This record gives sequence, C-alpha cells and structure tokens, in this order.
Amino acid sequence: MAAEFKLPDLGENIEKGEVISVLVNLGDQLAEDQPVVELETDKAVIEVPSSVSGTIVAIHVSQGDTINVGQAILEIEGAATPAASTPAPAAAPEAPPDAAATTGSQDVTLPELGEGIDSGDVVGIMVSIGDQVEEEQGLLEIEIDKGVVELPAPAAGKVTALHLKEGDRATVGQLMATLEVAVVDSAAAEPAAAQSSSPAAAATPAPAATSSATAAQATAAQATASAPPSPIAAADVPARKLVPAAPSVRRLAREIGVDVGTVKGNGPGGRISEADVKGHSKQLHETRFAGGTSVPAITLPDFSKWGEIDAEPFSNVRRITAQRMVQSWTSIPHVTQFDQADVTDLEVFRKSHGKAVEKAGGKLTPTALILKVVAAALVKFPQFCASIDMAGEQVIYKKYRHIGIAVDTKRGLLVPVLRDVDQKTVTQLSIELGQMAEKTRTGRVGIDEMQGGCFTISNLGGIGGTAFTPIINAPEVAILGVARSKTEAVHIDGQFQPRMIMPLSLSYDHRVIDGADGARFLRFICECLENPFYLAFEG
Amino acid sequence: MVDKTQLVVIGGGPGGYVAAFRAADLGLDVTLVDLDENPGGVCLYRGCIPSKALLHVAKLLNETKEAAEWGVNFGEPEIDLDKLRAFKDRVVAKMTGGLGQLSKARKVTYIRGRARFTGPQAVSIELHEGGTQELAFDHAIVATGSRPIMLPAFDIGSDRIMDSTGALELADIPQRMLVVGGGIIGLELGQVYAALGTQVSVVEMTDGLIPPGDRDLVRILQKRLQNQFEQIRLETKVVGIAEDGDRLKVTMVPAADGDEIVEHYDRVLLSIGRRPNSEDLGLENTKVQIDERGFVQADVQRRTAQPTIFAIGDVIGSALAHTASHEGIVASEVISGKRAAFEPNAIPSVVYTDPELAWCGLTEAEAKEQGIKVQIASFPWGASGRATTLDRNDGVTKLVVDPETERILGVGIAGPGAGELIAEGVLAVEMAALVSDVAMSIHPHPTLSETVMEAAEAYHGLSPHINAPKRK
Repeated sequence: MAAEFKLPDLGENIEKGEVISVLVNLGDQLAEDQPVVELETDKAVIEVPSSVSGTIVAIHVSQGDTINVGQAILEIEGAATPAASTPAPAAAPEAPPDAAATTGSQDVTLPELGEGIDSGDVVGIMVSIGDQVEEEQGLLEIEIDKGVVELPAPAAGKVTALHLKEGDRATVGQLMATLEVAVVDSAAAEPAAAQSSSPAAAATPAPAATSSATAAQATAAQATASAPPSPIAAADVPARKLVPAAPSVRRLAREIGVDVGTVKGNGPGGRISEADVKGHSKQLHETRFAGGTSVPAITLPDFSKWGEIDAEPFSNVRRITAQRMVQSWTSIPHVTQFDQADVTDLEVFRKSHGKAVEKAGGKLTPTALILKVVAAALVKFPQFCASIDMAGEQVIYKKYRHIGIAVDTKRGLLVPVLRDVDQKTVTQLSIELGQMAEKTRTGRVGIDEMQGGCFTISNLGGIGGTAFTPIINAPEVAILGVARSKTEAVHIDGQFQPRMIMPLSLSYDHRVIDGADGARFLRFICECLENPFYLAFEG
Repeated sequence: MVDKTQLVVIGGGPGGYVAAFRAADLGLDVTLVDLDENPGGVCLYRGCIPSKALLHVAKLLNETKEAAEWGVNFGEPEIDLDKLRAFKDRVVAKMTGGLGQLSKARKVTYIRGRARFTGPQAVSIELHEGGTQELAFDHAIVATGSRPIMLPAFDIGSDRIMDSTGALELADIPQRMLVVGGGIIGLELGQVYAALGTQVSVVEMTDGLIPPGDRDLVRILQKRLQNQFEQIRLETKVVGIAEDGDRLKVTMVPAADGDEIVEHYDRVLLSIGRRPNSEDLGLENTKVQIDERGFVQADVQRRTAQPTIFAIGDVIGSALAHTASHEGIVASEVISGKRAAFEPNAIPSVVYTDPELAWCGLTEAEAKEQGIKVQIASFPWGASGRATTLDRNDGVTKLVVDPETERILGVGIAGPGAGELIAEGVLAVEMAALVSDVAMSIHPHPTLSETVMEAAEAYHGLSPHINAPKRK
C-alpha cells in the first residue's frame, strides 16, 4: 500500500520552504520521525521528520525546490499505518494466562549514540539474513564521529531483514534490521513488572504491533543496554523555569527540535519570539555544518567543463575533520614556532635500547620518546595543558597529561589519546602506542579512546618534510609537529660534525600562550631530546 | 472475537473524553470505555458540575439575605429539596447526554464497562450489559481518575458518613454537619449545606484552610466562612467517629493542648483527599510503573514505561479537570505523531466558594519556598468601583512579578468571580506578559477585571485608585 508523505504544517505562518538537501534516497527504509528533507523556511533551517514509515518508492522534491505545506515529498510503500499491524501474539487476549514463549519480530533501530551524534555510516555488516544471533552480538558496524561502533542485537533471534547496506547513512531511530525473536508473555515472565525496576531486556515482549516510533524507543533503550525508559512522574518534575515564550512559540521550538530554554529572547523582558527560535535554530545549524563560521561557502565552478571528474561523498571522518579544522583555523589565533633538536645521542640510545623494548612487546620509536618529553613539558608549562573558556572568561588547567597522536588511516586522520603519559615509562608508552596505532588503523578504536586529550603530536617525519604548521586540535591549545630528521653538518668546538637534527614545529593558541612561553616550551623539548638527563633535572 | 482499535481511552472524564475527541478529530479510530452511561466521569456526574449547580443556589440564598441591607426583603426561603435535586440532576443529564452525542458525532466507539489490560496491547472489557469483550489496540490512554479517600478508622458502615459523592446526592438538609478536611471540596460543599440551613463545622489537621493557596487570599475566604460556619477548627485531628443513636459522635484532638473534644453531628462529610484509580486495571500485565502512593508514572508526553500506554489526569496525580483535559490533548497529539508535550507555564486553580479564590503560575508561597525573588503588586477590591456596587469589597487581585524583567510570573485573586478573572492571568503568564503590557491594555469599566489592570499599574505605584508608594 502506497502512501504519500506531505510537507506538514511547520508552525504559524510558515507556508513554504526551500529544500536545502534531501536526506533520504529512493529505496530507503524510512522510519517514523526520521528526517526526510532539510528545509529553509523564512529564517530557520529545519529538518522535516517523517510521520510515516515504509520503503521510499518515489521522491518528488529535489535540492533547491520550493515546496508548500501540503505538497507531496515522498511516496512510501508498505506504509506501516497503525491499523495494518496486528497485536503481538503473546499479548493477545486469546493467549493462555501462562503463555509460554512464542516468536515475534523485533525491529532494531539505530540507538542514541552519544551527545550530538545523530547519524553514522554503515561501514560493515556482520551478519546475513537467516543468521541466528545471540543477544548483544554485533549486527552492523556504524562509523560515527571518529569511531566505529557495533550495533548489538537487542535479543537473541534470527535475522529476517537488513534494511541498510554498506556505505548507507543511518540516522538515530532509523530501522536497521529486523529479528525474529522469542517472545515471553510479560505477565507470565514478570509478574511484578509494574514494580520491577530492572526489566530484563530478554523477556521484553516484541513490540510488533507498536508503531515504529514506539518500537524505536523501546529497542533503542535495549540496544544500548542502558536503563529502560524511565518516565518521570508529573509530580516529581523539578520546578521548571518559566520560559518567557508563548505556548505557540514553545510548540514551534519543540517541533523543530530546539530546546526553548536555551533560546535568548530579544523581546521585552527577554520574551522569546518565533523569530528568536528560528534565529537560534539557524545559528545551531550553521555551527553544526559550517564549523562556526558565517563565511559563505566557496561557489564551485563546473569542473567537468575542463575534463573528467569523479565525486565522492564525505565520509563522517572527512566531514568532521573539515568542520573542526575550519573551526580551529577561524577561531584560534595560531602562532607556529620552529626549532630543531640534535637527536644524535638520543638515536644512539634508541637503537641500543630498542631490543629491550621489543622484548617487552613494544617498539621504541622517536614518537614514544617525544611523548615522554612532551608530558614533562606539559608538567613544567601548565598553560600548554589548558583550554580556554571564552564564554566563562577563564582558562581551564588540566591536572592530567593525556596526549593525542595523529594517526593516518584509510578513513582519514584520527587522533587516539594516550592517558597519563607523564606517569608511564617509555617502555610502557612504546607498547601502548603500538597497540593504539594498530587499533586505529584497523578502525577498532572507540570514540572514548579519542576523547580527553590535552595536547596533540603529529609526526610526519616518516614521510618527509623540513617543517610544517600544524593546526591546533581544539579545544586544546597547542600541537607539536615533527618533520623528518636528517644528518646535518653542525659547527661544534671549532669544527663541523655530522649531527642528526630533528625539526620541530609548535603551533599554539596565542590567546592563552605568549610568544616567549611558546619559545621556552619548544626549547625545553629540544633540550630534553638532546640530553635525556635533562629530564631528570628539569622534568 | 477480538476487536481492534487504534486508540482505547480508559475513563470518560474530562481527561479521557477530551483525549478521545481530539484523537478522533486527528483521524484515529478511537474507543472510549467508561462505567457510566455517557462520558463525563466524576467531574460531570459527581464533581465539578453538580457542585457548581448547588453553589449557584447557595450564592443566591446568601444574596437574598444580604439584600435586606439594600432594602429588599425576601423573607425566609422555602427549599423544595426534591426540586433542587432535580435541577442538579437535570444539569448533569444535559451535560453528559451532550457528551454522548458529541461522542457519536465523532464516531468514537463508546463502550460502557470496565477495561483491564491483559498485555501491552490488549484489554479485556467487562461489559455493563454482561459478558466481556476483548479489544486489541495500538495505543491506550489511562484516564481512570481518582476517588475520595475513606480512612478505615471512619469506615464504620454508617450512611451518615458521606464523601463528596454522597454529599452531592443531597439526601437531606442535616441540622448539624462536620466537614473533615478544609480543602477545596470540603469548603465548597460545606458552604452549600450552610446556605441550605445546616450548621456546618470544619476540622482541619494542618494550620490553615486550602493549604496550597496563598495565605492572604485564604484569609479573605476564611473571614467570610467564620460568619457562615458554626466553627472552624485548625490543627485538630479527628480520632474517632461512632454512631450514637441517630447521630454521630465525633472525637477530636487539637494539637495545641491535646484535650479531647467530643461533639455530635447529624452528618460527617469526609473530604480528606482523593486516591488514584490505578488498581484493578491489569496494569501488572504491562510495564506501566506505579509509585508507592498508587500514581501511574508518566513522562512529559504522558507516556508510561510501556511505550504503547499513556496516562493522564488524576491517576498520575494531576488532580484538576482542566489539567487532565490538556494532558489528554497532549497524549492524543503525541499518539497522532505530533511533537507535543505537557509544558504549561500557568495551571489555574480555582476554589468555587464565595468569595472565590483563584491563582495561576507561580504563587507567592512557591516563590518564597523556591527562593525565587519576586515583587508583589496587589490591588485591594476596596478600591474597585464594581466590587463596591456588589457590596463586596472583600477581595484582592495580586500579581507575582519578576523584578528583573517585570514579567508576570503568577496571578492570585480572591473575590466573587475570581475563577473567571483568573483566565486573564493565565494568558498573561503564558504569553510572558510584562506588568506594563497588562497596565496598558484597556479594561472595561466598571468591571472586576479592572482590578487586574490596576494591580499592574500599582506595580509602578501608578494605580489611579490606590495611593501606593512609587517604585523607583
């Protein structure tokens, strides 16, 4: 059965909007509440969520179209209107009171993956239709932010459908897979369900008959193995701030996904108008997609005029890298300080101790040694282990020394973070660094393993170069770039001697670090590399 | 056989029927289940509506007495109790019958019976006419309301002990009656019986009548009640009720001295609160959670822990008909796929006594309790022309104002018609009006509504009719 999804009423006085982008593709399995198009109305850019679910058989709009409220956007087949569904067998009244297990289908939707993460790319499919899976077994690999997570099965069962293929973009709440699972009557399995504070996920009745919106809610909670939806009693809601916005404005905010409590009102007494909500939404949108700059994107010519071209859509990593680089480049006043360290003696030491470290399971690389030195420098110069809070007009100093290492992978630049570097031996660091780099290159690094860094090291020495100007990995305030070391003639004690020289480039945030400190910090690093004993005295 | 509905609403009170009607208007196939012949629930059958019919009569009776002061004598009223009861019943029949028709017009399937959940998407309905009906649903809204609390100690099987339902039946006009509980319901019904000629006393455990109301408002009501009621005992506990011949012997203990007081009454009205109807619903067959006081737990969209089941109104502790109606709309809109939530800034409360008390938004007491800095602007009805023409200067209109923004956060009113006047306050709070917005809106003269405007003017010391200190 085909159904049309039309542009719903978007709020008072909004009659039409321009399609900024179409977020779904022909043939996609559309879930209720899944954003369908990005629409610029009046002043705000909003995502229009679907009110239906099913397979998309026709898309009637394209980018740049102006569409009116009520105009058809999509055609859906197999639309799951509530009337078409049937009650879950176990829940049906005919079932005997002590109903034993039977089967039902369970939809697996993309759960909430973390703050601010609303979509991911399917990078791997780990099961096939017909496979028997265990609870918590991984079904799909989703690349989000800068990591890959597995989507686990919410319950044991048989895979009956996979709704996405590799490379597809999945949105939170979107239908990913369908399982045939054993269903246990909740009444029989959980006589005290109403009182139970921890309902067992496995004994959950299949939400086969629920609309997909509720199924999404139920399964999202299970799939993340987090607490079940715990509604708050009306009476227990803490005294809410009386937001100075009319009910119609509050509703508009809710509809376009803006927390009205965060909107600044420009009316008398801080009253929030419809325009304030839309302006806030537009701002959020720009921050999200343009990396915080309002500089208009560069208009591209038609490159195919001059020859053959190929276009590849952004991967999540590419998109986020692009956003962050623009954000850092445009909001941080960068200064790059250059220096060089004579690592001749260090290289001798590294080669002579390499075997011992290898025996311990690591590889003694220059990066491992630089890590140790940088950690000491961060202890000595705490302003390099800080973040700047412009809104709060304060500098936040971190008492831990977690250091990120830029790793070049097939998916793009990733920065895994080594924890408490100052408290670890060079051997330990060598081992960890090797493991982390391997994990990152094979795409198994977790998001949490890429968070919490205080400083970043980017070592391009293995590739080449004499110096470069690295961009700070905000909200950090400095980054150390390492270029290729080479033997140079150095004038020592009246004669030229061949010495191994390592070029170093330190970019720092000039808002919080003064030029002299930048020079001192880098000099300290050079001195420690030149004479590791220095660490013992100064570090 | 199993029937199927998109939405089943259990309970046909102002929460349930409004939810059902809205869902039907939004295109859902809706079934409404209630024990009574027509939708209406406690509010229409045994609550708001019949009590207001009787309070109207009480007000008239009081005014005929006051008219003597204005040179009009009616003499002693003759009360035909059967006819009075018939008037009240007629009001109820008209309203509930009307709802039955509205329900049909919307093609809402109305089933008279008791529904119990057999699972997260199925109910079994014990039909009024006998037999049972199984019904599968996509979504359900629990709107089963509440019932008066009866304490086991007072449950001595005497029909002289009434709850609000019994009091509204108006079996007789007792000579002497005790109202246990000085809340809204007890005082409203106490005033009805007092107007009909009963000597009414009130006993309240806490230190004040109408506990949630601001004291300055309550004091105005209390002053009038002191003339109408035989006695008002505060901080006094009823420890025993026993039948003594054809009367009731009531033992009370005041907290102050602990000396027992024994009094005899013809009837006792118990109005000590209401408890949610969350039992015998089969909720144990679902994931719906209930707290230790029996309230169903629901989120801001009024969805319970069982995603297919919503709950609204008294059964979740909302305790006001108009709140339940609004929650019903929210739940039905959410079920219809709209992004709605229950997020009002102002819920009005009205005490339909004479004088009426009404408030909305933030009360002065709440502001104090939550440490919110507010400025109060009030206008005493002694300075109102319209109040003076009514010979009712015993009122006040006050605004609870945020001194930073001069925004109106709450409104409180005491005086005849306060329940009608508060609607402007609700609009002001919901629209985030500033005192100047209200002060600069022309109000008709002479009306009681002017007191709202003058209170706003008084905020800046600019009310023409009171000489308040100017604010800097």
